[in-house]
Amino acid sequence: MAQAMAGWDSSAFLKLEQRFGETTIEIAPEKILAVCQWLKQNWQFERLSSVTAVDWPGRDPRFEVAYHLHSIARNQRLRLKCRVGDQTPEIDSVTSVWRGADWYEREVFDLFGIRFRSHPDLRRIMMPEDWEGHPLRKDYPVHGGRYDYADR
Amino acid sequence: MSDAGKPVESKRPAEPRRMILNMGPQHPSTHGVLRLILELDGENVVRAQPDIGYLHTGIEKECEVKTYQQVVPLTDRVDYLANLSNNLCYCLAVEKLLGIQAPPRAEWMRVLLTELTRINSHLVWLGTHALDIGAMSVFLYCFREREDILRIFEMFSGQRMMTSYFRIGGLALDAPRGWEEPVKKFLDSFPSKVDEYETLLSSNPIWLQRTQGVGCIPLDDMLDAGVTGPMIRAAGLAWDIRKSEPYSGYEKFDFKVPTRTAGDVYARYQVRMEEFRESARIARQALEGMPGGPVVADAPKVVLPPREKMKTEMEALIYHFKIVTEGFRVPAGEVYQAVESPRGELGYYVVSDGGVKPWRVHMRTPSFGNLQALPQAIEGRLLADIITTLGSLDIVLGDVDR
Repeated sequence: MAQAMAGWDSSAFLKLEQRFGETTIEIAPEKILAVCQWLKQNWQFERLSSVTAVDWPGRDPRFEVAYHLHSIARNQRLRLKCRVGDQTPEIDSVTSVWRGADWYEREVFDLFGIRFRSHPDLRRIMMPEDWEGHPLRKDYPVHGGRYDYADR
Repeated sequence: MSDAGKPVESKRPAEPRRMILNMGPQHPSTHGVLRLILELDGENVVRAQPDIGYLHTGIEKECEVKTYQQVVPLTDRVDYLANLSNNLCYCLAVEKLLGIQAPPRAEWMRVLLTELTRINSHLVWLGTHALDIGAMSVFLYCFREREDILRIFEMFSGQRMMTSYFRIGGLALDAPRGWEEPVKKFLDSFPSKVDEYETLLSSNPIWLQRTQGVGCIPLDDMLDAGVTGPMIRAAGLAWDIRKSEPYSGYEKFDFKVPTRTAGDVYARYQVRMEEFRESARIARQALEGMPGGPVVADAPKVVLPPREKMKTEMEALIYHFKIVTEGFRVPAGEVYQAVESPRGELGYYVVSDGGVKPWRVHMRTPSFGNLQALPQAIEGRLLADIITTLGSLDIVLGDVDR
């Protein structure tokens, strides 16, 4: 499949990694939507298990968006990864391929601050709408400050 | 006065008037703190929008500041009705990263207890689902049997709900003396209890009217929306992770994957009722074939040494000190481990940077995916069907919000 993908569009396909019996393919972020459509149509990846992100503050680009794809027909799982930058982390939404990506992308937007282009309803999902900051970023503190009653 | 005889002109506008109704977050039938924003036309639901996040506790963030072993008690709290499934999934993921495997006795014990967890979770589902629709007595029957399971959990782990009994590399401790007897007693009596529930519901005309033909979603749409578990099987797809990607020795057990084709609330009920019986069968096989031997893997850098060794051997003492004070290092890498929880696909995505604490733990929880499909199942239906449909999704809000 990796070969087929490289043959289909070599500019989309950056790196293949196979460890722990799992396959990870790194995709150029601007190609993610096309790759997902292609995988769903030609390789029967009818399910998107989840979308999430990992923050690596020391690296450039800083964020990794991870897509877990699953094909019931082929009994196969696949992880796609895209690296997106620090200043304006943005990537195309895959909601047009799998409707279920909706809430997962909202969660990543809420907790990491990565924007998904052409997402139908990109709002915070876990945190209140007026919340500041993105809690799962590594520079976001785990514990808040002590509440000062004198400041009320 | 002179107008008294004229007919009163209707003030109703030409367009039917829509009403916005807030259902929840404090509503007994939302099974937690789910808020549904409903747009109603009379009693018909025009639009439904779930609003979640009321139970968001930041567990994924909290995992990043705990050592690997300290994360186990957090996983209990994700889905508090399927705590052992969460323990199992996390432990399997980290074991995969470490390249260790739990010994056979630990694996079989894990299978036995996760199947009891499935029965426990389904009992709470059946009791509350029936209570929502108005069949009150079922709830009392279900909680009677649930009590037996919770007693078994307490016997094994000292806790009824937040068990944290599985550890990375095996179990927290071996099963207590005489554990077989209550488990056997429960498994002997349970099938007849399932018959009892079915007598109460399966041919009850009110139950049938409320559940048949309600809450259907086409199979393709469910796959597209990320729905997993009994809902998928009730729509005719025999997909169960225990069969398709066996873990923890499930390939050695003989069981069926129950399916139905109707895809309505009644079909989901039938699938879960059969899962009761299949889980009891698996648990019985685990009980009867339980192998002997150790319950933790032979990995001294990961698993705490036995008390006796720690006091007599220098090396064991050093390992004990290192594991307790600092934790153990996990090779850099990332894994995604999926298990079949009572609600569907539960997956843990664990990323390690080579340190003693996980760099990132993401939980792909089944309730989150299942709830996403709710609007499609209830839009265009009656208000009363919302409760029925929501009950059949079997969501746990802790599992949705994490």
